[in-house]
Amino acid sequence: MTIRTDALPTQEMTINMGPQHPSTHGVLRVILTTDGEVVTRAVPDMGYLHRGLEKIGERVTYAQYMPFTDRLDYLAAMNCNCAWAWTVEKLAKIEVPARAEYLRVIVCELNRISSHLIAFGSYTADMGAFTPFLYAIRERERVNDLFEMLCGNRLTYNYARVGGVSGDAPPGFLEKTKEFLDYFEPKLDEYNNLISYNKIFVHRLANVAVIPAEEAVAYGLTGPNLRGSGVPFDLRKDEPYSVYPKFDFKVCVGTGERGTLGDCFDRYMVRINEMRESVKIVRQAVAQIPDGPVRAKVPRLFKPPVGEAYFRSECPRGETGIYLISDGTVNPLRLKIRTGSFVTMNIFEKVTRGLMIADVVAVIGSFDIILPEIDR
Amino acid sequence: MEAQVLFDTLKGKFGDAVVELQGEGCSPAFVVVAPASVQEIARFLRDDPALSFDSLMCLSGVDYKEKFAVAYHLHSMKHRHAIGMKAFLPRETPSLPTVDDVWPAANFHEREAFDLFGIVFEGSKDLRRILLPEDWEGHPLRKDYKYPDFYHGIKV
Amino acid sequence: MSPDPAHGQPPGPGPPPAAPLAHGSAPSPGLGPEAHVMVGNADLFVNWSRKSSLWYLLFATACCGIELMQAGASRYDMDRFGAVFRATPRQSDLMLVAGTITHKMADRVKRLYDQMPEPKYVISMGSCANTGGPFYKDSYCVVKGVDLLIPVDVYIPGCPPRPEALIDGIMSLQKIIMRKKNFGAKA
Repeated sequence: MTIRTDALPTQEMTINMGPQHPSTHGVLRVILTTDGEVVTRAVPDMGYLHRGLEKIGERVTYAQYMPFTDRLDYLAAMNCNCAWAWTVEKLAKIEVPARAEYLRVIVCELNRISSHLIAFGSYTADMGAFTPFLYAIRERERVNDLFEMLCGNRLTYNYARVGGVSGDAPPGFLEKTKEFLDYFEPKLDEYNNLISYNKIFVHRLANVAVIPAEEAVAYGLTGPNLRGSGVPFDLRKDEPYSVYPKFDFKVCVGTGERGTLGDCFDRYMVRINEMRESVKIVRQAVAQIPDGPVRAKVPRLFKPPVGEAYFRSECPRGETGIYLISDGTVNPLRLKIRTGSFVTMNIFEKVTRGLMIADVVAVIGSFDIILPEIDR
Repeated sequence: MEAQVLFDTLKGKFGDAVVELQGEGCSPAFVVVAPASVQEIARFLRDDPALSFDSLMCLSGVDYKEKFAVAYHLHSMKHRHAIGMKAFLPRETPSLPTVDDVWPAANFHEREAFDLFGIVFEGSKDLRRILLPEDWEGHPLRKDYKYPDFYHGIKV
Repeated sequence: MSPDPAHGQPPGPGPPPAAPLAHGSAPSPGLGPEAHVMVGNADLFVNWSRKSSLWYLLFATACCGIELMQAGASRYDMDRFGAVFRATPRQSDLMLVAGTITHKMADRVKRLYDQMPEPKYVISMGSCANTGGPFYKDSYCVVKGVDLLIPVDVYIPGCPPRPEALIDGIMSLQKIIMRKKNFGAKA
């Protein structure tokens, strides 16, 4: 979109968007300054869901913090569970049984699928197409069923433990997972046929909010938002952790196929393609999973040695890095969680300048932000 | 790049501004620097072709009870190496130069550290509270923070 | 009167068994033999209308919001109860507070509630909205229950509640609505 400069004189107007707004994915507030339909400045105002997760971390023990990581990113609770477990294990140098690591990878990737499904569904709903949302929830419910079978909850799983996972997979879980993958993989083509290449949809996304690669790196974007700009950086490949090196998958990057490299459409497409890669990973993990224990021996009142660790893992919304400082007591001294959404919001003001108001919604959706990650 | 090599490089370039290497128990290791020269060291870390730390992973305020610290976690997309940088600050006047013109990603992290710890980043583009309301009193992540009884008439 | 007016069909005796239509004759709109007949007082009629179209404000702040979305979507299909989401409080009868309320959010909650037209109802969904939930003890900025801000009709426990629990909460609210007296002497 271009700004007309020869038109009638206009007056700037301030519009408040949120915190109660259906397309801000929660309680984000954006203060828009507009000139007619064109946004001259969009300042995000966050903190409407600031629950003090970092302070809570200093007041509870390492094991007790696990349920709070569920609420850090409720769309990808498994990934956050595992991120916390991996961080504490890195700090205390705990060896985790192989079967537990495989189970973690399986649940992380399944959760990535279900999280990207919400990203896909709510994004298309933001763009005015409500039907794909129902399709996405249909598949997501089946992932939820799998998780319910595994750990008894649909949304906040609390499955990982320091030193392993809370329990082995129940009989039939792996078979059901395979069944789901067979069911799910063709659905991706269905989505693409249904909406991805729809002309109106492409028009809304292509060439909107282009982020060049250097800018994406400088602003610290991670995950699908960074890869959408064409940077092939994926922590699962580039800083491999857990058992990811054993699997064969490719890093999806934006290609600029319908517009400029790094636009909203690329970020959207990266997520769709990533689901396919996750299916591939889960398939391999289910085939290779070894037998054995699922939990290392970790004392109940666990005290890690004095030290500091920063561990980052690839969550659906980018890198979740946890900076953990232990002073040798049962509680952490400091716990900082760096989340993908929080860092992504930093670039928001820059990329929305000069867009139409309706495009601001497209930008928020293409970043796939989630508010508890921003506010913590 | 090894942390020790990097530390020696920095020590040779900046002298006393680079205090020590904090490697024991830390992963990644931290180069402890004087707060006043954070900005120029950051610029060197980013621009030196052998280092080229182009991405700021994380910036955190820390309250070590007797003093504050700001910890920077850096990563290089080009060389795929990582390092930590840390600056200790006195509790009474915690302030140091901003790095948001070196890494634009720093802005939100600095605002958060200002909001929750009260650490002042001099020269910052935009230093306001980010998570808590503007009229909130105190900085909650400080160890000596007392929870308020009421906020706007609602019990906390 | 039907024994349980809170459920399903309109109250009052059902229509008389209709004679099978002659082939080809179109049913007359409105008052033909197919028309449902309601017999009862005005309260019953008003309450029945209200409980059957509970449009809720999509006020999803946190985790419970996802369960709320899923309850409204394909599998659980909350539209069956006449509950569809609205984006604005001015068109809503019901405020479903799904998620944590922080002190920064508190006055927005109050303002949204004030914008809703009467009669209005509030369902507090999940532990955070009920009491502050897991953040009750250690958090400095979570409101310990949305009932400190606005009156609540139904509380749904759970962290987060399952969609079934949410649907049960909506049905409980429907029962409450059916007991309301709108006309005549004040109860």
